[in-house]
Amino acid sequence: MKKFRPQHAIAGLVASLGATLAWAAEKAEPWQLNLTPGVTRTAERAYEMHMIMLGICVVIGIIVFGAMAYSIFKFRKSKGAVPDKTFVHSTKLEILWTAVPTLILVVMAYPATVKVIEAYQTEGHEMTVKIVGQQWLWTYEYVGEGVSFTSRLDRRSDRLRQSGVKVDDNDPANANYLLDVDNRLVLPTDTKIRFILTADDVIHAWWVPALGWKSDAIPGIVNEQWTEIREPGIYRGQCAELCGKDHGFMPIVVEAVPKAEFQARLAAMKSANDTTARTAALAPAAAVAPKI
Amino acid sequence: MATTHADPHADHGHQQSFFQRWFMSTNHKDIGTLYLVFSLVMFLVGGSMALVIRAELFQPGLQLVDPAFFNQMTTMHALVMIFGAVMPAFVGLANWMIPLMVGAPDMALPRMNNWSFWIMPFAFALLLMPLVLQLFGIGSGAPAGGWTLYPPLSLQGGSNVAFTIFAIHLMGISSIMGAINIIATILNMRAPGMDLLKMPIFVWTWLITAFLLIAVMPVLAGAVTMLLTDKFFGTSFFNAAGGGDPVLYQHVFWFFGHPEVYIMILPAFGIVSEIIPTFARKPLFGYQAMVYATASIAFLSFIVWAHHMFTVGMPLGAELYFMYATMLIAIPTGVKVFNWVTTMWRGSMTFETPMLFALGFVVMFTIGGFSGLMLAMVPADYQYHDTYFVVAHFHYVLVTGAVFGIMAGVYYWLPKWTGYMYNETLGKVHFWGSTIFVNLLFFPQHFLGLAGMPRRIPDYNVAFADFNMWSSVGGFGFGFMQLLFVYIVWKCARGGVKATDRVWEGAKGLEWTVPSPAPHHTFTKPPVLRDEDLAHGDVAH
Repeated sequence: MKKFRPQHAIAGLVASLGATLAWAAEKAEPWQLNLTPGVTRTAERAYEMHMIMLGICVVIGIIVFGAMAYSIFKFRKSKGAVPDKTFVHSTKLEILWTAVPTLILVVMAYPATVKVIEAYQTEGHEMTVKIVGQQWLWTYEYVGEGVSFTSRLDRRSDRLRQSGVKVDDNDPANANYLLDVDNRLVLPTDTKIRFILTADDVIHAWWVPALGWKSDAIPGIVNEQWTEIREPGIYRGQCAELCGKDHGFMPIVVEAVPKAEFQARLAAMKSANDTTARTAALAPAAAVAPKI
Repeated sequence: MATTHADPHADHGHQQSFFQRWFMSTNHKDIGTLYLVFSLVMFLVGGSMALVIRAELFQPGLQLVDPAFFNQMTTMHALVMIFGAVMPAFVGLANWMIPLMVGAPDMALPRMNNWSFWIMPFAFALLLMPLVLQLFGIGSGAPAGGWTLYPPLSLQGGSNVAFTIFAIHLMGISSIMGAINIIATILNMRAPGMDLLKMPIFVWTWLITAFLLIAVMPVLAGAVTMLLTDKFFGTSFFNAAGGGDPVLYQHVFWFFGHPEVYIMILPAFGIVSEIIPTFARKPLFGYQAMVYATASIAFLSFIVWAHHMFTVGMPLGAELYFMYATMLIAIPTGVKVFNWVTTMWRGSMTFETPMLFALGFVVMFTIGGFSGLMLAMVPADYQYHDTYFVVAHFHYVLVTGAVFGIMAGVYYWLPKWTGYMYNETLGKVHFWGSTIFVNLLFFPQHFLGLAGMPRRIPDYNVAFADFNMWSSVGGFGFGFMQLLFVYIVWKCARGGVKATDRVWEGAKGLEWTVPSPAPHHTFTKPPVLRDEDLAHGDVAH
């Protein structure tokens, strides 16, 4: 278990820096009930939209189910209720319950439209990362920097899942089970990053909940997305499109670092000539557990 | 309205051998029974597959099945439940009830009716064959690319995908013939005076569903045929390397797929619209609005397909259009829910098992409708898409929606079919047990999806452990409650308290004017229709 300490140390550091929002968004928490606002404007938009919709649905639900519950308790035969067989049609009511939902939909559509349009503003990006999905790993490339590397499920999770035993959810060492990789994607914060996504074999989908979007990676098609991460931290996600037997085992880990640190990490990656050094520069954890 | 059962020799049902009656039948009631029994068997087969899935997901780690088999289970569970359980159950109910409800002696095309049913067992033998052969060490098992069969993944496996494709072709032929039969029956064989806008709502919803079936089953057949030629004959419809487009398949598939989900819910709307007035002892509120709402939903179902594809990288305009169009569905669906609730208002309600299932349907289908509306919102869908939130959504509309609707219908008409009352206490136990467990099964899946658990994964991070365990407990509970359902139905078919012709105090409609059990031949002479005998009574609205 020792070899995983540095990673937890980094995660712990992020938490202790007071980036509580980022910490909460890093990965799912046990008993988590809701979306988190994440660490990008896109994730915040998704969260806001979700909460608006949830709120409206809860209110409508209370009214409809309330009326239903009232009927069930009030208009029951055992209480001597007599059916009002003439109450079978009302043009006024029909107009009312067509018009009011239409208005509610307009109220929903406005913020949704604004948010979708915002999400499509890809111009003004400062760097581009190419993401290629393969069965069952991700290849990342910092476009124009001459740096590319693969990222796959970490060896510990891999051993554990192949062992066939129950994964102990109380063991803190298992906290990132299936959500850890050998090489993380290091990205700068406060930078508009453009992603281009495609796939080699079948359709995959790249999804980090804290960034607030997922995008299909489709062979023969290049999709475009962007993000601007606000908080340094480690954000975990998974492939979200069924891609074969190991679909559940191709996680995504984004390590967001301040711009200056990113430049240093990128420089280290560029200068690294051999795989071992590159791996070490990318993920401190992997340096302690070198590849065989 | 005397029944047309004067000549005992006209009742051939008792003179046939078992083989003649059940294999060569052209009688709408016997074929209806065959469909319903077939669908019950498939419900249990598909349910067992779901239990394999839930057993593997009971706790983190891979304890029971390997991921490849897990994917076969998710794929086959969906195909069996959609095409084997839900759709044939509705066709079975249509076969039994539509002639009785419109006062027709049988379906319009009885021999074709026999053929549409008998295709089904062969189609499913074909569909399930790779899975069974695998048990004997032959082949690589069933297709594992998901029921949507997205290429290139669906074409990656062995030749097993051909079994699925040919099975889908057969099911499509069966569904189209069934739909033609239903349309022909409804449009040509109604009793004199049964105007279109006097038909029971169940008949209306099936008429509209049948048109949906005829429109979209060929589209699915076309899509899977292109898969077939891509796989075996070197075409490149969906192969980017050959100039094709994998996303094209998704567009074609969902052009079928979205109407398909309404095919699985509109008849349930119809059943619930029959049951609620009966047990509220009050005509259906806003009958015509209900008909128009059903037609609107059917129309909208053709123009919203790409809301299943918000993350494939569509242009902004397409995302906005499909979002708006999808949101519109909430309006006619809302009209239906409001009309059901208003039907209860100032009624005189009792709560026999069919009514309980109908009320459960209204509440839980509406919950599924809410999550559907949430999924329509593109900014939020970027998070929801392909997570357990979606799984929770479509199981609320399909299990607590379609399946609860079917069960409500079965309890409602079972005394008419068998001539006996089912055990009411056991029926209520079945309802409450199913309702509690099904919510334990699917409600926590909303949380899992929102917390970030993708769908179709055989193993998960430890943070998802608790709700997955709840969900699995709910799954097994719900599964075992259905064995009780089988027992109740079997018991009712064997005997019990004799059912009256009317069966339910507030029941209206032609089907309640024939004896219980309904004789082999009914309405050989068209009944004389009185408006007050119709379910919605007030024919002016």
